[in-house]
Amino acid sequence: MNQDLVGREFPPTAPYLVGREKVREFARAVFADAPQHTDVDAARAAGFADVVAPPTFAMVIQDQTLQQLLAEPDSGIVLARTIHAEQRFAYSRPIVAGDELTGRLTVTGIRMMGGNAMITSEAEITDAGGAHVVTATSVLLVGSEEGAA
Amino acid sequence: MSFAVGDVIAERTVHLTRESLVRYAGASGDFNPIHYRDDIAASVGLPGVLAHGMLTMGIASSVVVAALEPTARILDYGVRFTKPVVVDPHEGADVHVIATVGAVDETAARIDLKVTTGETTVLVKAQLRVAL
Repeated sequence: MNQDLVGREFPPTAPYLVGREKVREFARAVFADAPQHTDVDAARAAGFADVVAPPTFAMVIQDQTLQQLLAEPDSGIVLARTIHAEQRFAYSRPIVAGDELTGRLTVTGIRMMGGNAMITSEAEITDAGGAHVVTATSVLLVGSEEGAA
Repeated sequence: MSFAVGDVIAERTVHLTRESLVRYAGASGDFNPIHYRDDIAASVGLPGVLAHGMLTMGIASSVVVAALEPTARILDYGVRFTKPVVVDPHEGADVHVIATVGAVDETAARIDLKVTTGETTVLVKAQLRVAL
């Protein structure tokens, strides 16, 4: 694994406009049946501008940042040998339809375990006004080429 | 909503099928083939096609959110993925979620999630904090 990745910061991702139907689609996919995820009136009654994305929706933006990491020619990360080991989200507020979100990834650590590498990265997700929405931290376990994972 | 340590605030079993995985792949944009191709899963030494860890994590928070007030503010949510959920092409897989109040302080309640498939615990240190 390439230790030079540690500390590497990536450019912000292109703004992602959170669509109402995308929130509904995602809510259905994660069996999120609370009404504020799909019903605009229920969301507004709870004080939100539009339908509220389930907490793990932030992963959609985080994934765009991880694609940047995977695309690095020197990353040494092969998707089929990569396992998601750990995931955390720290929220300033929930994501709602209409948000325009940008992610900015930083690789914060690489730890070798046997032939495997544990890569920790943080995606800071901000809205169109630049305000913090959520920080998504992931730990990826990348298996060695011998198939140790 | 009041929280007392030890209270079970929600419990649910969700049945996953291969369709569930394809639906999640499309909704999330995570098209790692180990989540829908048996041949690729086998080629990297997996016991079968696996549910996305993020799907399991998402199901667990869905169970909690459905039990909270719609205005409840989630401060943070984290999990470790320990064992995969293998989704059989015919039988699918059941994911069982129990959400228990683990701790309460002046600002937040910590909800601890026990997430299993069969006898296997699939998420550990699965904790979601809700602002009080």
